[in-house]
Amino acid sequence: MLKWAQAALSRRNLLLGGGAATIGATSICATRTVAQEGHGNHAAGAKPQGFAAPSHQTAHGAMITVGTVDNERNGFDPTKLLTDWYTGTVSTLPDGRRLRSFEIVAEEKEIEIAPGVMFPAWTYNGRVPGPAIRATEGDRLRIVFKNYGSHPHSMHFHGIHSARMDGIPGAGVVGPGEEFIYDFDAKPFGCHLYHCHALPLARHIHKGMYGMFVIDPDPARHPDNAEVAKSRLFGSPENAEWQEMAMIMNAFDTNFDGENEFYACNTIAHCYAKEPIKVVKNRPVRIYLVNVTEFDPINSFHLHANFFDYYDQGTTLTPTLKTVDLITQCQAQRGILEFSFKDHEPGAYMFHAHQSEFTELGWMGMFDVVEELA
Amino acid sequence: MNENPRNLHPATTVAAPGSRHLAWLLLPVAVLAAAILWLVQTDPLQGFNNGAPPVENLTIERMVLDQDGLRMLVRAGGSEPMTIAQVQVDAAYWQFAQEPAGAIARGHTAWISIPFPWVLGEAHNVTLVTNTGATFDHEIPVAVPTPTVSSGTLASQAILGAFVGILPVAVGLLCYPALRSAGRNTMTFLLAMTVGLLAFLLVDTTIEALEFAGEAAAVFQGSIMVVLVAAASFLALMAIGRRNGSPTGLALATYIALGIGLHNFGEGLAIGAAFTAGAAGLGTFLVLGFTLHNVTEGIGIAAPLLKMRPPLLSFVGLALLAGGPAVVGIWVGSLAFAPQWTAIALAIGAGAIAQVIVEVTALLSRGADERGGLGGLLGPAAFGGLAAGVGFMYVTAMLVKI
Repeated sequence: MLKWAQAALSRRNLLLGGGAATIGATSICATRTVAQEGHGNHAAGAKPQGFAAPSHQTAHGAMITVGTVDNERNGFDPTKLLTDWYTGTVSTLPDGRRLRSFEIVAEEKEIEIAPGVMFPAWTYNGRVPGPAIRATEGDRLRIVFKNYGSHPHSMHFHGIHSARMDGIPGAGVVGPGEEFIYDFDAKPFGCHLYHCHALPLARHIHKGMYGMFVIDPDPARHPDNAEVAKSRLFGSPENAEWQEMAMIMNAFDTNFDGENEFYACNTIAHCYAKEPIKVVKNRPVRIYLVNVTEFDPINSFHLHANFFDYYDQGTTLTPTLKTVDLITQCQAQRGILEFSFKDHEPGAYMFHAHQSEFTELGWMGMFDVVEELA
Repeated sequence: MNENPRNLHPATTVAAPGSRHLAWLLLPVAVLAAAILWLVQTDPLQGFNNGAPPVENLTIERMVLDQDGLRMLVRAGGSEPMTIAQVQVDAAYWQFAQEPAGAIARGHTAWISIPFPWVLGEAHNVTLVTNTGATFDHEIPVAVPTPTVSSGTLASQAILGAFVGILPVAVGLLCYPALRSAGRNTMTFLLAMTVGLLAFLLVDTTIEALEFAGEAAAVFQGSIMVVLVAAASFLALMAIGRRNGSPTGLALATYIALGIGLHNFGEGLAIGAAFTAGAAGLGTFLVLGFTLHNVTEGIGIAAPLLKMRPPLLSFVGLALLAGGPAVVGIWVGSLAFAPQWTAIALAIGAGAIAQVIVEVTALLSRGADERGGLGGLLGPAAFGGLAAGVGFMYVTAMLVKI
């Protein structure tokens, strides 16, 4: 006889029965007013007792992950990842060209991707995302890849190279304990990525095997836009003026159901919300942005209170999109964002994916715009 | 020559073997202790550790919605203590507070409070994420504030309980004067009808108890718990009821009222729980359906009394005993209690109903005996009564099925 009690729980049944005169609903009506009054105060009254949020966190109220991630145990700090470029060991080839050598190992490592949540990752050099490789257009690249994992892995570079160097099964996928040397020229200049291309592809990417691969333009080859090229060239005086950041939009499916539980920029959910990125007001900002999010068709980047120029894939020296505050990227799509807070007042400026779901599941952060770095 | 040599032993040796035998109990205890010690010290089961993560299980037992947001009581049932790392509501991470904090040991509970601005009348979904990344979902089908104890809500819930529980029993009992002139066949018919309706309630209550038990945390082993509780309730009531022989008359009527009362308590719990869960659209039609459905309960209680003249006050008492628990049930149920408690209440009711089925059948067969053998028990009056009881309950139950 109590079946109705369970059956009536579905929304549809409630609506069907909604027109009926109710006897028992008196009790609901009595408390309804209280609840709605309470809702008005939620923003203020919602905080758990004893929780003192830093001011930048009040921007999203109580909607944030709880606690902090142990960066030391992870072996990487998301704030340091922003500027941690791996430029390799530089030497000169007999023909006078510059050779950059890199050493990358694949290893399995449990990492904390959100406070208290451990994820059994597959990593390059023990970090997710893998090292942000940076070279200059025309360099010869030699990447020594060692697989210390328990599955076959590879490095598949988005760039121009021969089939033998493609990092796919039969051409650079190496078994556990084996080694492969990827050897090719750095071209074309732009903001690229590399990832494991062992099969199944989705599992290998989603477990953490991806990283940024930036090739700076050689100013000598671009006389028409030499100034722009110089500003992009890592280590040049023009480049030093810029505040450059490497950001990889990624996500983690912690229960392996084909949907992500955590979204982030550089792996750790809400990392830049809890530790905002310091930006000096008068210096321009350049973000190298890559999307590797698995399972979702696209990801996006939205900047609050400001607009930016966008260079899709970074392979041009003039913007492909001018004055936008939102761009979308499918998986492996990437680009360069350039903007400035020069005319802004100092303060906390938010950035996040503009798929609200991604934002609310961890992919949001803040720029702390200051007059000068302390 | 018929002498048994054992009789020659001195009396003192009779007591001594008892304590000696008890001392032997130390042997199995010592072996068990040694086995546990060895298991813990040497960990011989290490070979089974294949790197798989621990089995995790979380049951959400209570969900309270109020002006501070959501509060939920969770019970851990994993192979190891469980840690709730993060909490999502509608696919967004929210700050939460856990009381007590830290890992939740197997079988233990904790309160999770989330300052979430829920929306009245809409659905929400809470997802608990553990430290291994496993997720446990709990749906709030229709968000309404969890009733709190106040004189206003208690009164309106009492009115509902009276309509569902007390009124129908009272209406049934009011048939008493009309039925007093009943002949033997009518008497048999009425008693058989009582058995029929009780049989319906027994099946209904048992199924509901098992359903609630299925929602409870695995550690409670819901189905076995329901069967054990029902059996214990049945045996206890049988033993109490038969202290002075089979109950008849007012005593039997009281037991029937008690059984029906326990059933109505369980029913009240479920109605209260439905309010809590947001099924507020309980229409007039539904309530009247319940009233009609339960009218036969009053007739059943009155049936054993037809040959006597009990005081008027006892009718009031019987009506309150059978119907009153519905009011209490709604009060308690609206406070969002864990499903195992509802299952236990329903199981006790099932046992009590089984007891009165046995007793009313015994009364019926005694009446039949007067006319010689079991023939009367299997006669048309009894069969007709059984069919009428079950049939009426089934048909009126259609009124309250959604």
